[in-house]
Amino acid sequence: MKKTYKIDVDCAACADKMERAASATEGVKACTVNFMTLKMKVEFEDGADPQEVMTKVRQNCKKVEDDCEVFI
Amino acid sequence: MSKKQIKNLVRILVTALIIAVLFAAPVTGVIRLIMWMAAYLIIGYDILIKAFKGIKNRQPLDENLLMSIATVGAIALAIYDKSGDYSEAVAVMLFYQIGEWFQGYAVGKSRKNISELMDIVPDYANIEAEDGGIEQVDPDEVEIGTVILVKPGEKIPIDGIVVDGNSSLDTAALTGESVPVDVKPGSEAVSGCINLNGLLRIKTTKEFGESTASKVLELIEDASSRKSKSENFITRFARVYTPAVVLAALALAVLPPLVLMLSGAAPVWGTWLYRALTFLVISCPCALVVSIPLSFFAGLGGASKRGVLVKGSSYLEILSEAKTVVFDKTGTLTHGVFEVVAIHPHEDMDKDLLLHLAAHVERHSTHPIANSIKKAYKNEHDSCRIEDVTEIAGRGITAKVNGDVVAVGNGRLMEQMGVAWHDCHKEGTIIHVAVNNEYAGHIVISDVVKPHSKQAISELKKNGIQSTVMLTGDKKSVAEGVASELGIDRVFSELLPQDKVSKIEELIAAKHSDKERVVFVGDGLNDAPVLSRADIGIAMGAMGSDAAIEAADVVLMDDDPLKIVTAISISRKCLRIVKENIWFAIGVKLGCLVLGAFGVANMWAAIFADVGVMVLAVLNAIRCMFV
Repeated sequence: MKKTYKIDVDCAACADKMERAASATEGVKACTVNFMTLKMKVEFEDGADPQEVMTKVRQNCKKVEDDCEVFI
Repeated sequence: MSKKQIKNLVRILVTALIIAVLFAAPVTGVIRLIMWMAAYLIIGYDILIKAFKGIKNRQPLDENLLMSIATVGAIALAIYDKSGDYSEAVAVMLFYQIGEWFQGYAVGKSRKNISELMDIVPDYANIEAEDGGIEQVDPDEVEIGTVILVKPGEKIPIDGIVVDGNSSLDTAALTGESVPVDVKPGSEAVSGCINLNGLLRIKTTKEFGESTASKVLELIEDASSRKSKSENFITRFARVYTPAVVLAALALAVLPPLVLMLSGAAPVWGTWLYRALTFLVISCPCALVVSIPLSFFAGLGGASKRGVLVKGSSYLEILSEAKTVVFDKTGTLTHGVFEVVAIHPHEDMDKDLLLHLAAHVERHSTHPIANSIKKAYKNEHDSCRIEDVTEIAGRGITAKVNGDVVAVGNGRLMEQMGVAWHDCHKEGTIIHVAVNNEYAGHIVISDVVKPHSKQAISELKKNGIQSTVMLTGDKKSVAEGVASELGIDRVFSELLPQDKVSKIEELIAAKHSDKERVVFVGDGLNDAPVLSRADIGIAMGAMGSDAAIEAADVVLMDDDPLKIVTAISISRKCLRIVKENIWFAIGVKLGCLVLGAFGVANMWAAIFADVGVMVLAVLNAIRCMFV
């Protein structure tokens, strides 16, 4: 299952950090962050609960880049 | 400007003011130190806080942390040296913030501009309420078959058929074409077009989400998520860049003094520590990274403004490497509609009479050839008597027109009737006519070449396309006629759809390197496999056709072959700018590192170069939008 979320982040390198952090989160199969449109596309593992996974994704993103937001 | 941007701008201005005062006024001693520290904290407090959070989250290479180490280190050195010169630390923070501010502003601005280019989807639809008034509703809730109202000046929200009203539509948002299209009841109305003058009632044929405008918008928004090789290169580079610079800084701080110490000279720790801190100032990769996605985004936006939809940054990149362009003939280079192009009466026969007789005989036929003859002779339904119409499969039709036996068909029909006929020098489908077994002449029908096809081919050659190829299912003589008229290098004719795929595969296999891309241009109707097999598939005339939008990598909204040239030159320009930015940014950064290591560039120079290169790269990137 794929879903798109709005994000907020200030720099392109930080967007890349978020992408790596989100991709490494459990339950996420693949993730692309688009800095220009401020969107995060997440493909979830089968059976993963998007809401639960996204909360973790947000936590992990905040760890690598404090000044970011993922709108779940 | 957002609130955050205004706040940061104020911080930048206040800090600049304090620095100006400090340079001009004779403040000394503790007050001087306090003023410098005040400036430093005003401009850098958020970076210090983030640096602290970076330590807490175990992110040792966080750029805020590195900036903090560099500036705090510089202040410590200034205190240790008793130089009283704290300007460097403050300047580094100030310019870093100016850089960030400018980047945020420029990116935000182009984000907004490009979104405006893409603003083709209205967020409401008008429907007639029960009391006769007009009600605005969410277009998502409009069911198929609902009649919606589009007032002059409004955009059509949903695809449909005009049921009432006459008007002109501005299709520029979709096709980049400025000539308005007239619509009347029965015409198709494509969403995203602007209704120019009359009130239109449109019966919807699709849901909002499935309508052209929504599809196109989705496609453009997704496009920059398909990242190009250049983008991946620069992010990979950025990932190793910061650790490498930090390691180099550590080495610079420790190794040279140790070597100097061992060789008996003074270690000058302070100098080398300062040079190491200069390294940290240049360690942030952001300037490097931001201009590349911005270039692609601006390029995609600029292209969509011209009616060229590219489905991803990666395709823009491949398109720029195009060396061979393969065309489908029918519908791409030609209109795909058969028309009478010549009438050659035999001996004393009259041109009009010949066409008149042929049209009468073909009156009841629905064959494409019959249609084109009837189209050429407008007033076919006159008082002439037509009897005994006989269709002879694969040969033609005979009928009695006002008592005369008229035969209309190919050479075989003439043979069968024993008529002395002769072939035509012109290319196309030749329709022979005989009256009472006497040869009366022939009519030439052929597919008409689009007006811009020839120009498009020559422009492509001027733009560095090495070879142009045409594939067609048509017969050899027709294909070669069209090819030589247009100046196409190679032709493959009489191909079945599956043969086209294997031809493309042959062409791809025959190229000398991976960088010589093979582009296929088709009308998206029945060449989907070929579109997907080529390095890049371009579908043209896609307005309103979902199939073409799905199958191709690049979609041209109208069917003008010149748009192929536009697409390729946009991609070339965009990629040229991307490469300029990559080499320029990396070059300046590495140059700064070298100069910093030898003590030629101080922190001022380092931050100046770092911010300057980013500003220039961002401005250069925005050029991609103007094509």
